[in-house]
Amino acid sequence: MKIAVCAKIVPEQARRLDPETKRLDRSGELALNPFDANAIEEALRLQAGEAGSEVVLVSFGPARALEALRKGLAMGADRLLLLTDEAGAGSDLVATSYALARALEREQPELVLCGQQASDSDGAVMWAALAERLRRPLISQVAELTVSDGKLRGKRQTEFGYDLIEAPLPAVVGVSDAINEPRYPSLKGIIGAKKKPQETVSLGEFGVEPDRAGEAGSRTEVYALGEPPPRGETERIEDDGSAAEKIIEFLLARKAI
Amino acid sequence: MSTLVFLEHHGEELQADSLGVLGRLAQQGGDEVSALIAGSGIEGLAKQAGAFGAKRVYLADHPALEAPLPQPRVDVLAALVEEQGIDTVVFAATVLTADVAAGLSARLEAGLNWDLVDLVFEQGRPIGKRPALDDSVLLDVGWKGEPRLALIRTGTFEPLESGGEARVEPVAVGLEDFSTLATMVEQAHEESEGPSIEDAEVIVAGGRGLGGPENFALIEELAKALGGAVAATRAVVDAGWYPYAAQVGQTGKTVSPRLYIACGISGAIQHKVGMQGSTVIVAINKDPHAPIFEYADLGVVGDLHEIVPKLTELVRQRRAA
Repeated sequence: MKIAVCAKIVPEQARRLDPETKRLDRSGELALNPFDANAIEEALRLQAGEAGSEVVLVSFGPARALEALRKGLAMGADRLLLLTDEAGAGSDLVATSYALARALEREQPELVLCGQQASDSDGAVMWAALAERLRRPLISQVAELTVSDGKLRGKRQTEFGYDLIEAPLPAVVGVSDAINEPRYPSLKGIIGAKKKPQETVSLGEFGVEPDRAGEAGSRTEVYALGEPPPRGETERIEDDGSAAEKIIEFLLARKAI
Repeated sequence: MSTLVFLEHHGEELQADSLGVLGRLAQQGGDEVSALIAGSGIEGLAKQAGAFGAKRVYLADHPALEAPLPQPRVDVLAALVEEQGIDTVVFAATVLTADVAAGLSARLEAGLNWDLVDLVFEQGRPIGKRPALDDSVLLDVGWKGEPRLALIRTGTFEPLESGGEARVEPVAVGLEDFSTLATMVEQAHEESEGPSIEDAEVIVAGGRGLGGPENFALIEELAKALGGAVAATRAVVDAGWYPYAAQVGQTGKTVSPRLYIACGISGAIQHKVGMQGSTVIVAINKDPHAPIFEYADLGVVGDLHEIVPKLTELVRQRRAA
């Protein structure tokens, strides 16, 4: 089975919005979106259960994202495909899902896996957009996944409890972060990752028209950055052995007990 | 301007959050706000929608819509938007609607803004209010062209009953071949035992920081001493440490007790939306950078395994005195 994992590269820390472009500042250190590590782990687990399977990482981002994406190779993925293009900056869901779908159409994986959300945009929407563009069945928020006889079974958590959903391959699955504990790359994995195939492709090579990428291809925009409504002050204490007493004092002062 | 609100339902009831969104949009007045209910055997639900502000209710009633799966709903909405010239579709965010909205976005090449805490109209132009970066900034977001799609954050608006009546219009359901490939095998919806956390005055909640299911005993003891209920995060529920009925957050329950004590909970946005209406929030976490400290009234940096038993003991002593 060929499994594609959609991986996003996000700012490692110090997240801020650029007041001019009103986009997330991506100039600092980059990292693999932590939720995508669950999708990679699940792909590796499925691969271990079926001889001859391949795990390919597919990403859309700046050229320098390659280094952070290697973490996925170090975990055990076989190769990676990075769609990168200056014209791609500022792509929203419509533009990003279009570009990723083009790449996935070339790869033709039987299973597309996505992580639960992007840690930078808090979006939890990519899998459904990809399933639509690829015209494939979808199971999302999957906390347990099994594959047998060309069929997937996913346990989905919703507001009302758990659903068991079945779909034939090829399919798209969004996994929850409770599905597994992602492994840490081993030293051997990290060294080996550098030698694994890493392909960088421009949008044009995949037939993505210039007006369908970046801001031109996006259907949403940001008008202004503002301050959130003020909230109450947080009183903070460090436990020095008397935290329990201090909590009681606080609760009494607030008449909460 | 014609705005459509997607109303999710569960059994015989329309979901409260989606009615809240409907009420908020109807309240802004001027434009006719319509609603869509998609399911199987759902005639009875149309009346409820009218009472909460919809002038017109589109009813998509079809066996393929019985299970709460997104793809057939994308088909229904795509056809409706095109036939009725709807320019804005608004959803109250849930597991189901996030998938429906994102699928519709790709189908119609329509912009989708998510996690909005309000949608306002300035000179007829809709502006979404979107907190970002752990709610440290509030963005004004918009759409280039129509249709526009919006997901409103969980628990944002309360339903407003206006007592109106809706015109009901059945819609034809045409399905794409791939939309019915995913099928529901089983829905295991746990009903809670004992008092619901939604009614509790005091809640003690546990997260991954507990370290293991056995440590929920610490949470239970404190809750008992305070006369409160026990809640849990999604992470520990999915890990099987505690029953789903106790889950607070995006895919769990929304609670607003007088006192909420969060133990070993980092407080990601998915959890926050389920408990931010609590009057007093106390957080105990050993990670000083845990997001929950940004919105707790009292943040205690320390080891819950040390602090919680002491706290329980102090509460017991006060009760006994």
